Amino acid sequence: MGRAMTRSEAATASHPPAIAFVGIDKRFGAVHANRDIDLEIARGSIHGLVGENGAGKSTLMSILYGFYQADRGEIRIDGRRAAIRSSADAIHAGIGMVHQQFMLVDTLSVLENVLIGAEGSFRLGPAEKHARAVLKRLADDYELAVDPDAIVGSLSVGEQQRVEILKTLYRGAEILILDEPTAVLTPAEVEHLFRILRRLQGEGKTVVVITHKLKEIKAVTDWVSVMRKGEIVATWPTADTTVEMLAEAMVGRRVLLRVEKAASVPGAVELEVDRLSIVDRRGVALLDDVSFTVRAGEIVGIAGVAGNGQSELLEAIAGIRRATRGRILVGGRDASALDPAEIRGLGVAHIPEDRHRMGLVLDFAAEENAILGYQDDPAWRRGPLLDGTKIRDAATTMFSDYDVRPPDPELRTALFSGGNQQKIIVGREIGREPRVLLVGQPTRGVDIGAIEAIHRRLIELRDRGRAILLVSAELDEIRSLSDRVLCMCAGRITGECRPEASEREIGLLMAGLGTEVGA
Amino acid sequence: MSVPHRELPAIADYVLLPLINVTVAFLVSGLVVLAIGENPIEAVKIMVFGALGYSEGIGFTLYYATDFVFTGLAVAVAFHAGLFNIGAEGQATLGGLGVALVCLAFDGAPWWLVAPFALVASALFGAAWAFLPAWAQARRGSHIVITTIMFNYLAAVLMVWLLGGPLGKPGAMSPETRTFEEATRLPLLRDLVAPFGIDLGQSPLNPTVFAAAAAAVFVWALIWKTRFGYELRAVGRNPTAAVYAGIEPGGIVIAAMLISGALAGLLAVNEVMGTQHRLLLEFTAGAGFVGIAVALMGRNHPVGVVLASLLFGMLYQGGAELAFEKPNISRDMIVVIQALVILFAGALEHMFRPALGRIFAPRGRTA
Ligand SMILES: Nc1ncnc2c1ncn2[C@@H]1O[C@H](COP(=O)(O)OP(=O)(O)OP(=O)(O)O)[C@@H](O)[C@H]1O
Ligand SMILES: [Mg+2]
Repeated sequence: MGRAMTRSEAATASHPPAIAFVGIDKRFGAVHANRDIDLEIARGSIHGLVGENGAGKSTLMSILYGFYQADRGEIRIDGRRAAIRSSADAIHAGIGMVHQQFMLVDTLSVLENVLIGAEGSFRLGPAEKHARAVLKRLADDYELAVDPDAIVGSLSVGEQQRVEILKTLYRGAEILILDEPTAVLTPAEVEHLFRILRRLQGEGKTVVVITHKLKEIKAVTDWVSVMRKGEIVATWPTADTTVEMLAEAMVGRRVLLRVEKAASVPGAVELEVDRLSIVDRRGVALLDDVSFTVRAGEIVGIAGVAGNGQSELLEAIAGIRRATRGRILVGGRDASALDPAEIRGLGVAHIPEDRHRMGLVLDFAAEENAILGYQDDPAWRRGPLLDGTKIRDAATTMFSDYDVRPPDPELRTALFSGGNQQKIIVGREIGREPRVLLVGQPTRGVDIGAIEAIHRRLIELRDRGRAILLVSAELDEIRSLSDRVLCMCAGRITGECRPEASEREIGLLMAGLGTEVGA
Repeated sequence: MSVPHRELPAIADYVLLPLINVTVAFLVSGLVVLAIGENPIEAVKIMVFGALGYSEGIGFTLYYATDFVFTGLAVAVAFHAGLFNIGAEGQATLGGLGVALVCLAFDGAPWWLVAPFALVASALFGAAWAFLPAWAQARRGSHIVITTIMFNYLAAVLMVWLLGGPLGKPGAMSPETRTFEEATRLPLLRDLVAPFGIDLGQSPLNPTVFAAAAAAVFVWALIWKTRFGYELRAVGRNPTAAVYAGIEPGGIVIAAMLISGALAGLLAVNEVMGTQHRLLLEFTAGAGFVGIAVALMGRNHPVGVVLASLLFGMLYQGGAELAFEKPNISRDMIVVIQALVILFAGALEHMFRPALGRIFAPRGRTA
């Protein structure tokens, strides 16, 4: 068998596993989130955890981190039974967790963030000196270099994540849990993160990574466990697996990893962006003279490293952000001066990039979010009131169409797993048969089965003659869905190419280095 | 992607937690009573009997509660839009001006003719007093907490000037308007229920109590059953998502504050037209601030606001009885007890939450 197996076997022979879950069981009301989980994670290994949205991965890790109590079962750390009742207990047991939603204070410096809550924090003076030394050492040992005096809010997402990792290491973590760490990173940042993880492993630390990207599992893990509907259905040495095999184990059926689509039949121009520029208050151009068109029946993809104007572009078209110069035309009508409600009225739907910040009101019941943006539709009106029954029926239908789990429209939206929250937005926006659909990162944090479903829906919408503008940080997604690809860098369109273009070619354009390649 | 939330069951959140808070407040109050050498058990008996033990006491309790329902709802509506309206006191004061102007203008006309105008005037004046702070918050970003506090002072100053000058009773020593004619005053419920053998004694309970109940139903429907309420809650919970959804947060902020001010203003009908029959300085007696505690305790839900108002009504009425019966326990003592309830129910609301969370975290249920 594979190399990883023999090494880990050797490890288990001499050491008890770093973490052992024994018969862990957890329910939330009717939802059985973890069923009788037995799982061992070898000391010094990088262990991947995959599974569909809502399979119970975050719940299992939250139990390990003391955020939830298991109904039944026990956790053993290094062979000893551990009573973990709170995250303080978990930290004490040498466990660190990096949530996808970072738990940092934006207005404080890196150093202050690391010190918050750590021991001796009320005597900042001496602690600070010590912390500086420790941070310096950690930075050298693990490629975790971040300026300790930088204000966290000014750091990139990748750097903020490094601060989170530093925080856990500063508190002496021997076991590191990362919940979907790569979802918001650029490819270069992902590479950097993996180097850090390998260094940590080299020092004998144990790493658990939750991810939906099976390529990453193959790239960085030694072992991989697959969860389905609350159960661990398989644990394999990564070397013995293939991406297809993992996908099938997760979903319980064969998954189409390639998008199947016919050639597009573009029709009339539905969306036209004409010399659009946005200049912010400091005079920096966020969008610089951007022009392009999207026709009915085609998907135009925008490739680019996150933060190069894609978000601003989508928000400008959706009417959320005012352009400084230029025009936006929807179906030939000038929409530049319209507000978001009017633009929606023209048939423009929008799946925003950041579902928590913009796409959902997390405190609302799921059914309330299922009408967000369409709350003034006369269909929901009954006299002066909203028709609660109609809204619930519509949500129930949509939830079953889009396989939202659990299919409970009354549940508070924050309690759905990330991927299922995304399905609510996708269902809401596609379900309206928009003439133009703006899509930002449609499958961020979404499982492989749901990605397949969302991609299929987008293609179907295209084939029904709708215009789709797609922004994604996943080059694979851009290439497999788009009919034409525009590359963006520093607020400019740096070139257009066909989706079959090589990764290198697109990469050069994304870096703003390519010469204009004809369409 | 999901960050787990630790949730309390609704029953614990809405019933158990407030009950624990109130109980602790009473226990601490008991210690204070003990410290000044009185028997706390006896004190509680006097308070409860004073507030609920006989029909006149109940009348007073309901009369006080009426005020608190209006101001509590006012604070709650603003809160759902993400606004902390500290200005219910000033808005209620202006509501009083509206009611007084109507009653003075129609003085002598039958009350049922004047009442609709008085209701509208109180709401309009209250809303108007909330408008500038609301506009400044929505369009200029001035913080509503600061501006509403300022407007409370302005309202007080305005009253001193009006009652000392243009509206004051000629030749009177105290700053107040002339008393309205008998016919124009709201009838007392005691006269209506007396034929049924219920004796409400001297309690000033009047039909405004029904308006308060109607206001609670109205607020409930508005917040949870209408599109406006949906948009208001969206703005309060996530303004960015609200903008995405085509909602204009500034407009919602202004509308929410106008409704809030109108609700606070309605209090004046109970006080000015129903009880005091003239406009006095500081006739609101702090009800605007009690409204903040009531809304906090009632979780900004109309049912909670009504229940909390009843509790505070009992505290006011029972407290008055207690001060009367036990000369040792002064009125100030009652204020201390009320403050403790506010402290535990409002400010320290979350103190017992983690412990309760641990108790309710299901463990060993299936074991
Ligand atoms: N506090 C809670 N109350 C009720 N249900 C919950 C709670 N937390 C999680 N759930 C439910 O438990 C199930 C498992 O959720 P979990 O977040 O562990 O999924 P996941 O595997 O991490 O999914 P994703 O990949 O989408 O993040 C889901 O159905 C979710 O809706
Ligand atoms: Mg998760």
